[in-house]
Amino acid sequence: MNIIALIKQTPDTAKLSRTLNGLQLMADGQPRIVNPWDEYTLETALRLKEKHGGKKVTALCLGNPESIEALRTAIAMGADEAILINDAALANADSLGTARALAAAIKKIGAYDIIVGGRSAIDGNMGATAVQVATLLGVPMLSYVAALNAVNGGAKSISVVRAMEYGRETVTSTLPCVMTVVKEIAEPRYPNFMGIRKASKAVIPTWKLADLGLSAADVAAKVTWAVDLPPTRDTNVEMIQGSPAEQAKALVDKLMAAKII
Amino acid sequence: MSNIFVWIEQTNGAAESIAWEAMTAARVVADGLGGNVVALVLGDGVDALAQQAIQRGANSAIVANDATLKAFRLEAYAAVVAKAAQGAAAVLMGTSQRGLELSAAVAAHLGAGLAADCVDVAVVGGQIVASRPGLVGNVMAKVTMSGPSVISMRKRVLPAAEVDAARTGAAAQVGAVLAEANLASKVVGIEAKAVTEVSLTDARIVVSGGRATAGSPGFAPVKALADALGGALGASRAAVDAGWIPYAHQVGQTGKTVQPDLYIACGISGAIQHLAGMKTSKLIVAINKDPEAPIFKYAHYGLVGDMNQILPALTAEVKKRLS
Ligand SMILES: Cc1cc2nc3c(=O)[nH]c(=O)nc-3n(C[C@H](O)[C@H](O)[C@H](O)COP(=O)(O)OP(=O)(O)OC[C@H]3O[C@@H](n4cnc5c(N)ncnc54)[C@H](O)[C@@H]3O)c2cc1C
Ligand SMILES: Nc1ncnc2c1ncn2[C@@H]1O[C@H](COP(=O)(O)O)[C@@H](O)[C@H]1O
Repeated sequence: MNIIALIKQTPDTAKLSRTLNGLQLMADGQPRIVNPWDEYTLETALRLKEKHGGKKVTALCLGNPESIEALRTAIAMGADEAILINDAALANADSLGTARALAAAIKKIGAYDIIVGGRSAIDGNMGATAVQVATLLGVPMLSYVAALNAVNGGAKSISVVRAMEYGRETVTSTLPCVMTVVKEIAEPRYPNFMGIRKASKAVIPTWKLADLGLSAADVAAKVTWAVDLPPTRDTNVEMIQGSPAEQAKALVDKLMAAKII
Repeated sequence: MSNIFVWIEQTNGAAESIAWEAMTAARVVADGLGGNVVALVLGDGVDALAQQAIQRGANSAIVANDATLKAFRLEAYAAVVAKAAQGAAAVLMGTSQRGLELSAAVAAHLGAGLAADCVDVAVVGGQIVASRPGLVGNVMAKVTMSGPSVISMRKRVLPAAEVDAARTGAAAQVGAVLAEANLASKVVGIEAKAVTEVSLTDARIVVSGGRATAGSPGFAPVKALADALGGALGASRAAVDAGWIPYAHQVGQTGKTVQPDLYIACGISGAIQHLAGMKTSKLIVAINKDPEAPIFKYAHYGLVGDMNQILPALTAEVKKRLS
């Protein structure tokens, strides 16, 4: 079984502070990390190899040249190979453009059984790319996977548990398929020394659109966006004083006056 | 005349409230572009929803009743929606888990632009403009859409469309697109949530506890207030990591995003990652012993003091006044 892990590089939101806001953090040169949800992507891909008879894990990332660092992290964690998709024509790609390029790269990689993605990327927060990759490839999509029940590469079948708003759903599917995983699936491992050494020496190819047989028009964005800070709300906090009983009474008065309770 | 489609999400034949919120968004888009709203009702034995959708604001409905559509399965649903919405100006739905994946798949089928998990939608100069938070709530993107557009709306940001019993419209039946034999995935079983549990993301009121729930009396006072208010129980990551409450209750960047009418933060400092999940709540009350806690900058009402004394007083007061 060949496993492909879709990972994105994102701004490091843990660095947000009262002096570094979201817009500043998105600017070039600010710290970047593997999208936190894709740590689970990678962990799942590695477990599919180690525990479920997988052969090879390939980490795939569409991004700018700096995104190669995210792929080195993937190799340090245990991925066998990594590929970067980078092209000036993808600089402002929307989710469908991204999915088209990823799907073309997956076809170029060729033999694949399971493609793993994350719940969402913390920057764009679309939760769409992996689903669109599945749709474009015409393979089944298993999203919000919280546990792997059984994976059978020979019989090309899989059974998973999905964590849904309405409960836990057990679903079976044929392979190949795309899945996205949630936090419950497994605790991501840390890279070890050997992995870090391997990653520092790894040769990571960069594929351009032409390598994927795509033109700029094929991946042109359907939407444009402008990013700003979120509107601030003037919540002039009103402090409610007094003993606990007085505070309680005053607050309930206000909540009832506002018809909230 | 352009057609605006809206997916009527349902469970066991009952519409989800998020579908009527999506209807409100669909009407905004249809009225702005000068078009009709077509409700898409998919399921098995869901005819009644067509008239409900029309009374809530659709001009007409398309109904697909089929055994293959009984449980939500992405491939089956996306194929029907994409076929029906061929040539549509826009397709709208709510950002439930199902809506999030369906909107993405439909956009890929139609080659359409996608704006997921939006908090606002408008038509400006003949174009759809959607607002959506990014970077876990730390930036806001204004997305301008051209050509066919697929939009999902975050839960509870728009009011549900009202019923107008006088509205009428036609409902057309269509078939499923994929036969069972062509569907790779099978739902083998669903272990439903206990009905007594209030869903965090649906809740009108959320009461959350932080690291300060450590030790005794723990979460009990927080839960007592949530129960008295008929609200859901939330938590900061500090409380979850310490093992005081399961991860399903975590609010914030790596947990759930909630948008209740009332959010009560008990012993929560107001870290950016926690704020990301709750700062757009309509009314925020903070209870904290530290008057300098950052949460007070986002709260409408602040109560400084020991939550283990304030919470029981509050619960007693709520019970007294609501009885
Ligand atoms: C990548 C990343 C992702 C994260 N994701 C999330 C997330 O999704 N959700 C989340 O919540 N956090 C998240 N965090 C963690 C977040 O940064 C904070 O650590 C967390 O929110 C702190 O929780 P807290 O407010 O309960 O604890 P603290 O910050 O320790 O605050 C406890 C507060 O309780 C008050 N207090 C103590 N005792 C009492 C008492 N008896 N009565 C009243 N007040 C009292 C104190 O004054 C203090 O203000 C994330 C962090 C990172 C780095
Ligand atoms: N540029 C990218 N390169 C590789 N994988 C991506 C990229 N963008 C998104 N993905 C995958 O799709 C998931 C959902 O991302 P998104 O749709 O952007 O929220 C991520 O967790 C990744 O697994």
